[in-house]
Amino acid sequence: MSELFDMLTAAAFWAAAIRIATPLIFGTLGELICERAGVLNLGIEGIFTAGAMSGWMTVYFGGDLWLGVLVAALVGAGFGLLHAILTVPLGLSQHVTGLGITLLATSASYFTYRIAFPNVSSPPRIEPFQPISIPGLSDIPFIGPALFQQTPLTYFAVLLVVMVAYVMARTPLGLAIRASGENPAAVDAQGLSVYGLRIGAVMAGSALMAIGGAFLTLSAFNAFFFEMIAGRGWICIALVVFASWMPGKALLGALLFGAFDALQVRLQQTVGGAIPYQIFLMLPYLLSILALVMMSRRAAYPNALMIPFIKGQRS
Amino acid sequence: MTRRSFVACLFAVVALCAMALFSAPPASAKDKPLKVAAVYTVPVEQQWVSRIHIALKAAEARGDITYKFSENVANTDYERVMREYAEQGSDLIFGEAFAVEKAARKVAADYPKIAFVLGSSFGPEKPNLSVFDNYIQEPAYLTGMVAGKLTKSNKIGMVGGYPIPEVNRLMNAFMAGAKEVNPDVKFSISFIGSWYDPPKAKEAAFAMIDRGADVMYAERFGVSDAAKERGVKAIGNVIDTSKDYPGTVVASALWHMEPTVDYAIKQVLADKYQAENVGPMSEMKSGGASLAPLDPAVVPKDVADLVMAKEKAIKDGSFKVAVDDKEPKPTM
Repeated sequence: MSELFDMLTAAAFWAAAIRIATPLIFGTLGELICERAGVLNLGIEGIFTAGAMSGWMTVYFGGDLWLGVLVAALVGAGFGLLHAILTVPLGLSQHVTGLGITLLATSASYFTYRIAFPNVSSPPRIEPFQPISIPGLSDIPFIGPALFQQTPLTYFAVLLVVMVAYVMARTPLGLAIRASGENPAAVDAQGLSVYGLRIGAVMAGSALMAIGGAFLTLSAFNAFFFEMIAGRGWICIALVVFASWMPGKALLGALLFGAFDALQVRLQQTVGGAIPYQIFLMLPYLLSILALVMMSRRAAYPNALMIPFIKGQRS
Repeated sequence: MTRRSFVACLFAVVALCAMALFSAPPASAKDKPLKVAAVYTVPVEQQWVSRIHIALKAAEARGDITYKFSENVANTDYERVMREYAEQGSDLIFGEAFAVEKAARKVAADYPKIAFVLGSSFGPEKPNLSVFDNYIQEPAYLTGMVAGKLTKSNKIGMVGGYPIPEVNRLMNAFMAGAKEVNPDVKFSISFIGSWYDPPKAKEAAFAMIDRGADVMYAERFGVSDAAKERGVKAIGNVIDTSKDYPGTVVASALWHMEPTVDYAIKQVLADKYQAENVGPMSEMKSGGASLAPLDPAVVPKDVADLVMAKEKAIKDGSFKVAVDDKEPKPTM
């Protein structure tokens, strides 16, 4: 028991939790924006892959790291546009379209990678983002090494939570996005374009998802691998429900999952001899389901989520 | 032509085609280049599969074979892809049957004229299915000796994908080697439940280094990166990554598929191919396994000498490394 306490109070543990959580913060925020506008985006897993690949490739072919992030965001927005066109003006099934986008984006990423690198035996590498210490803050005992020795994208992710929360709650744009997910007819009556708002929100959200993918290849690691997203996108879908569609709670949910995963790794190394390792690998998911059940009982999803808006249609 | 007679004609044509296909006389004596195909469940960058891919590429460059391959084939698709290559008239098909043993063996039985050489944890099957595996426990043992000598904290961290025989046997040999030279050494082991999640492997490695491990056994991509960032040593596995991590990866157990691939090609060309276990071709004495050159800047001369003496003993048969496929357990 004391060992568990030591584990949880180590700065390195929380630093690891935040590192693991970073791509999930981007993904969850992105999905949250889409769903708040009324569009479920199951293309997330594929958009993660596309972001990871395009961001990394940009840097590999001589681009700056931040240019890589930008390219990833643009690629993500592109897939978002495709998803939005199919689901918003055309009103197709958001489930089917989203899964289609995931398959398309994943395969297109692998295809592009193989066209660019037909003959490699070991994945090519880049020089990734390095951790940045924030003068003053990094020297605070415990909190410094846990929070303020991260890579720039992690700071960006946290900043983004604040920005998205502000825009969603306090600006006319946020109100319009939320309204188009709750009552699009009211938005239309105001003379605003529901299509425009929804397409814009899905593109912006998809751009964030792609940055989450780029974090994996530009910051957490330095090469692109097939299948390296490993279900992180799907976790974000669950985290949005956990967060009850609130950006602040999304940050909390992502951190919680990161902490569970960091704990799992450490528990496996301490008491792994006694219990099969699969139990530990299962732990973060199990605990997340538990948290989801507890949190989502009161969750109210956007009223018009997954309902296509057809201008002039009377219900 | 009435509809009925059209259908009858169609049936006749199909039946004729099928007969032609199945009764085609098998080519007995084979000429260069041999038609070789390979079916992989992972991309060719993956450490394990890259060894087969490189060996076949080399054979292709020599002009012995023409080489076609499919990578990243899902297990559910594996049988179909194998059959497609078989139908295209391949002479020799390489693959990995681990997760699709039943299906792969069924395909091999359906095409007795084609030679199948598959990675497998089970035995060969007459008349045409040979099996191989990464039996590189000998150099793994040697790298364990290096690790046992280099660790100052007596703590070694090991991160693996899944505890399957192919992984376990190398980990066990590595641990036995380390214990031989340093009985006090303790091991921390984790499996990440994925072949392809370097960020996760890196996190597992960081956690071990935080607990005091100063030599990391890098079974997966990502572990050496963690070792490099934290300034500890790493031991490579299957492929040589020491050029990517100078000063970090100090010793590697390498697998070479060239002896196995070249042997299979030779047998098929000579029309002498038969089902057998070609696993021993991956051992040190056959040239299928080797120890990558030790980094003299990091590995002291007396340690290198000790390892070289053991290598000699392995090669002349006076020392045998046990093959232990059981899941290794952590000891710290």
